[in-house]
Amino acid sequence: MNPFPAANLLLTGIFLFCLATLAAGALLAVFSKRLIRSVCGLAVCCFGLAGLYYFLHSPFLAMMEILVYVGAVCVTIVFAIMLAEPEEPSDAETSGASMMWASAALGVSLAVFCSLAWLGSQTKWTYPVRLDNDGSIAAIGIALLTTYSLPFELISLALLVAILGALVLARTGRSLPSETNIPVANGEPKWPGTNGARRRVDGTSSDESLELPDVVTTASAPHGSHAHRAAKASQPREESQPV
Amino acid sequence: MNETPALLFNRLDLYLIAAAFLLAVGIYGLIRRRTLIGMLISGELIFSAASLNLMAFNRFTAHDQTVGQIFVLFIMGLAAAEVAIALSLIIAVYRNYQSVRAAELSELKG
Repeated sequence: MNPFPAANLLLTGIFLFCLATLAAGALLAVFSKRLIRSVCGLAVCCFGLAGLYYFLHSPFLAMMEILVYVGAVCVTIVFAIMLAEPEEPSDAETSGASMMWASAALGVSLAVFCSLAWLGSQTKWTYPVRLDNDGSIAAIGIALLTTYSLPFELISLALLVAILGALVLARTGRSLPSETNIPVANGEPKWPGTNGARRRVDGTSSDESLELPDVVTTASAPHGSHAHRAAKASQPREESQPV
Repeated sequence: MNETPALLFNRLDLYLIAAAFLLAVGIYGLIRRRTLIGMLISGELIFSAASLNLMAFNRFTAHDQTVGQIFVLFIMGLAAAEVAIALSLIIAVYRNYQSVRAAELSELKG
């Protein structure tokens, strides 16, 4: 019946490798100190999960797992880490409250794991005697376009709203360029919408209030007089670029 | 399907134990992590645990083999949307507080 007698052994080995990849990635994602390694652990965990999806007769979901999680989610988290530069505190690791929290978290997660694993392995699951379809990609496509067409459209709407919301949320709340360490040599930095934010912060739009956040440019352009800089600030942005 | 006891990758309980492990690790990270991005990564692990559970039950106990796959596909789409929103929130929080530590976001505390 089996033309290749070691196939089952090989498949079991690959399955165990996928399980080990999943577990190692999850542990790396949680226990590593630096967040960038944690994201790498999440990517490794998603690769293991894709392997398990393949063993669950769904190569389509295995591919989508790698495409969405590794290709989109992990890359987005890496971008957020680069933008937000989070620092993991290292001095608070040995304090008493921290160790108490760690032991409490370990106890809770161990209890969850043991109870769920016991429950899953002890229950007598009932297996179906016949299958409606084989779960192939063609069956998924037919079901997506017939039975699940409304959720399929709704999730595209949800993704659109999420993208727009993410853009709006990340756009607002930008600080003034004089408060950050953006280099502003030879005039103003090239940030969109800076003039509007200044007018809103200052409350007025006269020439005197325009000079208020320009503290940084005073040091970088010592030769310009007050009137010259005021005239420069009111000119279009292309004039203030270094030539 | 009942009469094949041996093969390791055809056993439902192993997948359930793996999913329980993912859930436990995710809960541990959610409690233990101090930064918002670390919490988000742990949340992704919990999402993966739920997806693996659904896929395992779909493979072994469902009549219609496409239901679980489509459900997991929707979970992936919603998780991607959630990650986009959460990361833009984290960036906005970082702009206001210059930090993403969860303990410092206590402006409403009396």
